[in-house]
Amino acid sequence: MNRSRNTRNSTLLGIASILAAIVIWQAVADLIVRSRFYLPSFTDVLFSFISLIEGGTLLIDFEISMLHFFIGLGTALLAGVPLGMAMGWYSEIDRIANPIVEILRPIPPLAWIPFAIIWFGLTHQSAGFVIFVGAFFPILINTYTGLKSVPRIFVEAARVLGCTKSLSLIRYIALPSAVPSIAAGIRIAMGVGWMCLVAAELFGAGGGRYGLGQKLWFYYNLHQTAHVVVYMLLLGLIGLVIDMIFRHYVDSRLERWRAGEVRS
Amino acid sequence: MSGVSIQNLNRIFEKEGGAPTVALEEITLDIEDEEFVCLVGPSGCGKTTLLRIIAGLDTATGGSVSIDGEQITGPDPRRGMVFQEYSLFPWRNVMDNIAFGLEMKGMDHASRMHIASEYLELVGLEQFRDAFPFELSGGMRQRVAIARALANNPDVLLMDEPFGALDAQTRNDMQQELLEIWEKTKKTVIFVTHSVDEAVYLADRIVVLSPRPGRICENIAVDLPRPRVRTSVDFAELRRHVLSLLQQCQVRR
Repeated sequence: MNRSRNTRNSTLLGIASILAAIVIWQAVADLIVRSRFYLPSFTDVLFSFISLIEGGTLLIDFEISMLHFFIGLGTALLAGVPLGMAMGWYSEIDRIANPIVEILRPIPPLAWIPFAIIWFGLTHQSAGFVIFVGAFFPILINTYTGLKSVPRIFVEAARVLGCTKSLSLIRYIALPSAVPSIAAGIRIAMGVGWMCLVAAELFGAGGGRYGLGQKLWFYYNLHQTAHVVVYMLLLGLIGLVIDMIFRHYVDSRLERWRAGEVRS
Repeated sequence: MSGVSIQNLNRIFEKEGGAPTVALEEITLDIEDEEFVCLVGPSGCGKTTLLRIIAGLDTATGGSVSIDGEQITGPDPRRGMVFQEYSLFPWRNVMDNIAFGLEMKGMDHASRMHIASEYLELVGLEQFRDAFPFELSGGMRQRVAIARALANNPDVLLMDEPFGALDAQTRNDMQQELLEIWEKTKKTVIFVTHSVDEAVYLADRIVVLSPRPGRICENIAVDLPRPRVRTSVDFAELRRHVLSLLQQCQVRR
């Protein structure tokens, strides 16, 4: 009872705070700045949004960006999870791969944009590649850490129960035990990948005609800053929704066995 | 049928830049089929190491362990083990934990669920079949761990202070249940504990180990009839005897 009132109160407070911010924004834009170029007001942005829905390319921009995002994230998963598992489980592979990983990892993903364009041209693959670089390392490192920190007791219990082969131990013990860590890595990777998406499209990687980041830059060049704000808000909103969907999915699968450990 | 024979067993832990630690020295011990043996000793006497060597999780630096004449070289499902820490797989529910060993043997789903149900019943946790380990109390978790070890139908059941983390009352209940299970399944049991009370209550034979280097200090056959009464004179007498032995072993060194 008390708790439900608290949640309702905080929801109301949240809405009020957003409304207040919009009012202040509108007032500052209309009364102080008075320039639609420097600071488009809330209503400017709203009208831009409506006009973009009527005559713009919002949907196709969204689709193309999603294509880039999932090319990058998908390849990062396909490469990062197996390599992280191999490095976490076999110390020989760790010793071989670790120096290379440690040299490549600190390179900011955006520094790869020139070579993304040189290697893949202005294609969806080149945008995907930049996102891949951003998403790969968080996935790799978290998978690696997850496998490194499998409790010894689980491995020993499995061995005396007849699970003695290395591959079986990875499949039945190490992987399930590392899932929470891998999931956390994927979540970080999606955040980094989303940032890389905008930058990659901005620089023209990714076909150069559609995409949320591409259009942001396009409208900036046309000095239509209200349109730019629409794309900014959309990028934020979509990023938030992707994160929420993933978190909901992971929690619903993991809560069955993690609940006790997390809460206690 | 499943006697365990330990011959001149040594275990030395090498330390880099230090004197090696002799954990076990010249252990020779024969355990008969269906016997319930308790290894008792102060902490650090190597009793857990001995159990781990029998399980195949650790390797002796000298001597041998064999079961029915067969040398132990590594872990084998014919030797079940119950650990001191909670070792249930948290991502598997109770039934899937118990059935794990059978799954590793390649048994099909229906048959292994059938067998797992039997062992679930044996430890009295039928209504928790779909529960996950975090939902169980400490005593229940160890019951599931016992069921999981037994589901593989091992020849020998190795138990490493399985009730060490439980409160006194639960511990007494679990000891009694374990004896009932032992009488039903007739396994050879090797049980490590530092509680003399527990050893006297459970064992056919108590093996007292001395601390570093771990040696067999005394080998006591317990002929008190079961069920044993903790408050009886004989029980107290034997407990005092074992306690004084533990002290003597320490001094003699």
